Amino acid sequence: MAGIRILKDKCVGCKLCVGACPFGAIVMIDKKAEITDACTLCGACVSACKFNAIDFERGAVANAVDVSKYSGIWVFAEQKDGEPESIAYELLGVGRELADARNTALSAVIIGSNLDDACRKLITKGADKVYSVDDASLEKFNDESYSGIFSQLIYKNKPEIVLLGATTYGRSLAPRVASRINTGLTADCTKLEIDPTDGKLLQTRPAFGGNLMATIVCPNHRPQMATVRHKVMKEMEADESRVGEIIRPEVNIPRDLVVKVKDVVKTITEMVPLTEADIIVSGGRGMGDPKNFALISELAEVLGGAVGASRATVDAGWIEYSHQVGQTGQTVGPQVYFACGISGAIQHLAGMSSSDTIIAINKNPDAPIFKVANFGIVGDVMEVLPLLIKEFKSALK
Amino acid sequence: MNVIVCVKQVPGTNEVKMNKETNTIIREGVEAIINPFDTYAVEEGARIKEETGGKATVLSMGIPSVAELLKETISVGMDEAVLLSDRAFAGSDSLATSYALSMGIKKIGDCDLIICGKQAMDGDTAQVGPGLAEKLGIPHTTYVRKIEEIKDGYIRCQRMTEDGYEVIEMPLPAVITVVKEINEPRLPSLKGKMKAKKTEVTVWTADDIGADKALCGLSGSPTQVVKTFVPEHNVDSEMIVGTPEEQARNLARKLLSMQFAIQVQEDE
Repeated sequence: MAGIRILKDKCVGCKLCVGACPFGAIVMIDKKAEITDACTLCGACVSACKFNAIDFERGAVANAVDVSKYSGIWVFAEQKDGEPESIAYELLGVGRELADARNTALSAVIIGSNLDDACRKLITKGADKVYSVDDASLEKFNDESYSGIFSQLIYKNKPEIVLLGATTYGRSLAPRVASRINTGLTADCTKLEIDPTDGKLLQTRPAFGGNLMATIVCPNHRPQMATVRHKVMKEMEADESRVGEIIRPEVNIPRDLVVKVKDVVKTITEMVPLTEADIIVSGGRGMGDPKNFALISELAEVLGGAVGASRATVDAGWIEYSHQVGQTGQTVGPQVYFACGISGAIQHLAGMSSSDTIIAINKNPDAPIFKVANFGIVGDVMEVLPLLIKEFKSALK
Repeated sequence: MNVIVCVKQVPGTNEVKMNKETNTIIREGVEAIINPFDTYAVEEGARIKEETGGKATVLSMGIPSVAELLKETISVGMDEAVLLSDRAFAGSDSLATSYALSMGIKKIGDCDLIICGKQAMDGDTAQVGPGLAEKLGIPHTTYVRKIEEIKDGYIRCQRMTEDGYEVIEMPLPAVITVVKEINEPRLPSLKGKMKAKKTEVTVWTADDIGADKALCGLSGSPTQVVKTFVPEHNVDSEMIVGTPEEQARNLARKLLSMQFAIQVQEDE
């Protein structure tokens, strides 16, 4: 019988499981743990227990497949105007490691129009094969046509692992395809490894706004699908001497689509979109006034970066939502992140704590942002920022 | 126009709140709340219903106590509430959840638009909306920031993208997931609260919705969590002190030398 139970003879009443349960579903009764109805069978307590006192029986699963029939690592190469997006190269970077660990081929799948250059680039960046579905009707991303084509390719070629970017399109396409194929999908991974003992894909991702990390597997279904957070995996250096095969697979390209993309509007006029930026300068409530955001923009401009903002400033109408960094906004991971007058609520940290270097400027020395900052300045942003801009301007002239 | 809004209960954040009755500070570590993103879905559903007529139903899957949370949505514009609750659903990943909700939606029947929040606050997967649309065999659009037009079996909406938005048209019925930019959720009215009190939440089991139990809960979930751990923030933190001029100069120097280091590494 599938289910979870506490082995009372092994439970020592240490309460580790109580703290590990994200749902507060474990209580202590007579110094032994007891699981309440709030349990969602997530299994978080099992790995927390140091005494093997929690028995978790999963039972049989539906739609299991013969996993030995699946091989090869695939990445979905997102493109814009025929040019692969940087996430595609990042996926190839991690895909290459996985393919080598599994001793199998790494393939990129690209759907779009006029893709010859893109195919070549994908090979120089690590792909052994490129499946290119090139048709004028496929120029722009469309959930209906792209999911139809991608599902067909997976059904026919049976890859063991399929990776997509955790981007707007990736996070729409991946669940649609996984639902069609009835396989597992792990969202927003920040680490991917092959389990050396059984070859399974270990997919690690943040949950609860980054307060908890979870490692997830998909043991009985294939492909093992995951979306991968942007700016976390490293690209390979382009190697022009790499050779690879470009395949133009026979697929049924959906015509007469019911989903129609009528218009694509660019509202972000900055040179660098937030999620692509290597340097982000973000402002919070401590900026005091919306017009002071000009200083944030100026520093961003001097450094060739993008402008971010805390939720408080967006809610107050100081700046557009598209600039919001954090759990309810964008997740970013630049090389350098400036938090100016941002106290660092956990929701904000969830969106930026994977940045390589974090700089915090804040009046309050006890602001939580300093706990994640590599460099901290306790001071008035309105005083420090103009000086900082001046320093960078003279140094970067 | 009939709308179904899917909501999830999530653990409340570890924020400090005031207990209004006793006027004391309470820590509500694991109190369940409606996923904040879903409140925008509820508001949008209520608006569409009010503008076009019809019925707005809120749907959730969870433990029996979720029924109380669903009543809150009645006070902000929902007409009826349905909860899928059965031990058979426990342990569902996003695929099994998509399946169960799709069966619930079929049982409710006669629906033009299904609205979900863009993602849940606990899992952050954003997978159930598109997964659900696939199980229902209808189109979907994610990250909707505005509905431009909705009428007679057709919707035109704006999907937020990394650098702007797209205008997408779909036939109805369809699924949309919404971002917080779409609206500002209303506060419950007194009349709404009265209505919520009187509302009975419909609770359906797996059998009630004709779900294949093998596709629900643990057995219907391809993914398994094998390990959870608290991430370590091992930050070498350095406070830069001095006058503002010194602070600015020192920080700029440190960053410039680091930027240089990054470039050197890339050249190798």
